[in-house]
Amino acid sequence: MALDSATLVHLARLARLSLGASELELLGADLDRTLAMIDQLQQIDVNGLEPLAQPQAPDTGNRVDSVTEEDHSAQLLGLSPAAEGGYFLVPKVIE
Amino acid sequence: MSQTQWQAVIGLECHVQLLTRSKMFSGASTAYGADPNTHACALDVALPGTLPVANAEAIRLAVRFGLAVGAHIRPMSVFARKNYFYPDLPKGYQISQYEEPIVEGGSVRVAVGDGRSITVALTRAHLEEDAGKSVHDAFHGATGIDLNRAGTPLLEIVSEPVMHSAAEAAAYMKTLHRLVRWLRICDGNLEEGSFRCDANVSIRPEGDSTLGTRTEIKNVNSFRFVEKAIEYEIERQIRELEAGRSIVQETRLYDEARQQTRPMRSKESAHDYRYFPDPDLPPVVVPAELQEAERALLPELPDARHARYLEALQLSAYDAGQLTGDRETADYFEALLSGVPGQAKLCANWVLGEVSAALNAAQYDIVACPIAPAQLADLLGRIVDGSISGKIAKDVFTAMWAGEGSADAVIAARGLGQISDDSALVAAIDGVLAASPEQAGQFRAGDEKIFTWLVGQVMRATRGKANPSRLNQLLRERLQSC
Amino acid sequence: MSRIEALDTVSGQLAALAAGSATAIALVERSLERAAALVELNALITTTADAARATAARLTPGSGPLAGVPFAQKDLFCTRGVRTTCGSRMLADFIAPYDATVSERLNAAGAVSIGKANMDEFAMGSSNENSFFGPVRNPWDRQRVPGGSSGGSAALVAAGVVPFATGSDTGGSVRQPAALCGVVGLKPTYGRVSRYGMVAYASSLDQAGVLAHTADDCARVLAAIAGADPRDATCSTRPLDDYVGALGSGVRGLRIGVVAEYFGAGVDPAVAQAVRGALQVLEREGAVLVDVRLPSLPLSIPAYYVLAPAEASSNLARYDGVRFGHRCDAPTDLADLYGRSRAEGFGTEVKRRILAGTYVLSAGYYDAYYRRAQRVRRLIANDYQRAFTEVDLLAGPTAPDVAFALGEKAADPLAMYAADVNTVAVNLAGLPAISVPAGFVTGLPVGLQLVGPAFGETRLLAAAHALQLVSDWHLQAPGAAA
Repeated sequence: MALDSATLVHLARLARLSLGASELELLGADLDRTLAMIDQLQQIDVNGLEPLAQPQAPDTGNRVDSVTEEDHSAQLLGLSPAAEGGYFLVPKVIE
Repeated sequence: MSQTQWQAVIGLECHVQLLTRSKMFSGASTAYGADPNTHACALDVALPGTLPVANAEAIRLAVRFGLAVGAHIRPMSVFARKNYFYPDLPKGYQISQYEEPIVEGGSVRVAVGDGRSITVALTRAHLEEDAGKSVHDAFHGATGIDLNRAGTPLLEIVSEPVMHSAAEAAAYMKTLHRLVRWLRICDGNLEEGSFRCDANVSIRPEGDSTLGTRTEIKNVNSFRFVEKAIEYEIERQIRELEAGRSIVQETRLYDEARQQTRPMRSKESAHDYRYFPDPDLPPVVVPAELQEAERALLPELPDARHARYLEALQLSAYDAGQLTGDRETADYFEALLSGVPGQAKLCANWVLGEVSAALNAAQYDIVACPIAPAQLADLLGRIVDGSISGKIAKDVFTAMWAGEGSADAVIAARGLGQISDDSALVAAIDGVLAASPEQAGQFRAGDEKIFTWLVGQVMRATRGKANPSRLNQLLRERLQSC
Repeated sequence: MSRIEALDTVSGQLAALAAGSATAIALVERSLERAAALVELNALITTTADAARATAARLTPGSGPLAGVPFAQKDLFCTRGVRTTCGSRMLADFIAPYDATVSERLNAAGAVSIGKANMDEFAMGSSNENSFFGPVRNPWDRQRVPGGSSGGSAALVAAGVVPFATGSDTGGSVRQPAALCGVVGLKPTYGRVSRYGMVAYASSLDQAGVLAHTADDCARVLAAIAGADPRDATCSTRPLDDYVGALGSGVRGLRIGVVAEYFGAGVDPAVAQAVRGALQVLEREGAVLVDVRLPSLPLSIPAYYVLAPAEASSNLARYDGVRFGHRCDAPTDLADLYGRSRAEGFGTEVKRRILAGTYVLSAGYYDAYYRRAQRVRRLIANDYQRAFTEVDLLAGPTAPDVAFALGEKAADPLAMYAADVNTVAVNLAGLPAISVPAGFVTGLPVGLQLVGPAFGETRLLAAAHALQLVSDWHLQAPGAAA
């Protein structure tokens, strides 16, 4: 079941990966083969099997509602490639 | 010219910020108004390696809501990732609940005016985290992102699409707003965005059971604008369909200036959110003990209180409605009433009259009222026992508000005690009758209207302190006897 | 071949420190010298020489269970103030502002970090050829891969640079490089060690692990890093066993299930023979070998390659050039910022898995792929559970072959995936497993994998220790410039 290029382009867009045509083609071929391998799962009778999401039942419990974090803004903004006036910057978004 | 009768179908999705100190999954503060990114910790900024841990209080508040609306509380519900890219969503996914929400079903009774009520069924309510905020106009060619709000706990409450007018939708929104404040799960501050509603609007020919294509109106932050936006949208959809066009499923904003809805420019028409259960979080477990504990803590709900005020206290529907507008007012009223038992009407009048006016003038909420219910009860007690008139009591109230002391202290200090002692009253009356023989004669000749004037004169002579009903009685007696 | 020295083990170093025959500074210098001499292995991305020296200088021997012992950390453990790259251009300059729990605990135990180990990018790979910082070379043969994704960690231990290193294991990334490099690699039960600060690849599969020459050393390190952490909701609060104390339990009467499917068609016969030889050694020590079957084992590869990429595609959405990490030059708009930053920041294998993961979660495919894979995961976990009602441990070759040549499998990702068949099922079931040196084929190391029931680390370590008492494969070291 080969992926058509429209689907591939759509996937790259969903994943926010700007891929050139040749890279897209190569990755598309890889994805085709991976999906063919994964398709083995379709043959299995999964009747009566509940999905297993977490292999061990977590028991840590929830957090008590209290403020435990101080102001880290200087440090966190310092990690950003583009920050100004206390804000993280992105190219202008129009709503 | 409209040939078809159209029915509007409206559902509301309300995002309610839960009253917790810290965020849904981190220990950063949820307090409003801080400098940008000062309430965002490593998890809120989605640094590599950070992990979410659920806030126990948020879960408790969600349970409280579910119980109050008679919903089913799932003993186990699941957090799911809603995946999409947007700058105010740092992880590239929002932790929400999808197939298995914590609250399912339930309903809210809504008064829609003219004594009519509708029952709005709820589909579900689920826990999720809020996104950050974008600032569009402050930076040259750039948008600034503030993640203070990112991670704040939200309860998303989804109604069934069972409202059929903008007025019904607005009434539902107000009722829900009152309820979440009543339950103390949300502060309901519309300006700060603690309570936000999106409206899903569609129309269909009257009698049709299928739903038409709907649009979603987002980011309307007042009851009035929600109503206007929905009204506009209904009319717009009718216009479109009657012109032979079809409705585009899209997200729209309300333009307050033009009083119109318009499509949002940046959102894609259909997101593929690729929901899957969040592997970093265990299922939300609500043991029976937690449900029972929250059930025991549930306050008397607004509807029940309203009914009790009507039936047991014999208050008018208007008074009952006003007093149950919020829990703090109802609580104040009942605390007041406990100090002057049997005087429900008097208490209602004072809370809705003097107290309300004074609070408005000072721009206080009732919780900040400088006169405690017990203190006001003392004042009302002096009206009931005849020490002062209602009119004098208003002056005493003003003095108490200004901090001059208790009711009795002000009455004594200003010598405002009502004259109820008959001999003093008779003396005052005789004095006035002696000074006004002409008017006395007019009354005896049959002029009933002059009686009021005579009453006023005695009131003036006693500087307003005469007990009005005793005065009336005695004046009539004296006039008739002489 | 040569032999390792006492100072190549944690226990040996601790003894020397206690006896005064070595100082912490001398041990750090020893590690740094060897790292410098073996720079062509490319096993370290960042060396923190000055900090290591400073820490060693301040240390009091005996002040902690690992006090004075140098180690390396896989470069996906966040280390405060030190570059944490995950082997990726995306984080090439990312200085973590906080320590992972594992890092914090090792620091608290007195261990001295000399740097960050090279790895396959974002832990995706089985050969350490996917690193932005270049491939790591196997100390046994510089033209061969060390395995992955914890290739740098395994190489550093095998080459005698450090006595232990941390790694992470999502589908075999600690065990397989351990096997290919002739060292011990322990993957604890899912949830035994906190994932806080360990950059996530696949959240329900990832677990921190240890690489060292001996089971004894692994036990010591496990004791220092394992245990409850309120910052990780998937971390178990179950109390720790006495891993070191129980090492000498022996294997008398221990039932070891020899898994037929672990010796499948893809396994090199010489490797299979070496592993069977190691098992016979255990048999001579009193273990009982039992033939068992795990019929669902072949399904583990397709199940893993649905679930891991799906979770990864979501976990890696946060890398968008906004708040940290690589950002493209002069983005024209938001879509360009995201698209180019991510395309430039991620390598090919990461892109492969993001696309695959996006696909299997996308609308219409969730049930057919993701949900189905989770149900197959249940099937696999059930198989293991049933096997452990019959035996105490399961055994087989860790990897189907010895270390392959650099570049040999790079063009065939599926062949690379298929070779993980003996290891990935363990992560799907969340069980503990260990790879122990079990011989050599053409002069290259072979690993025996033992798998235990949930929280059965003690049993695994005791069995591995028992093997090491009567064999010396683990004491071999690569010769100089192999």
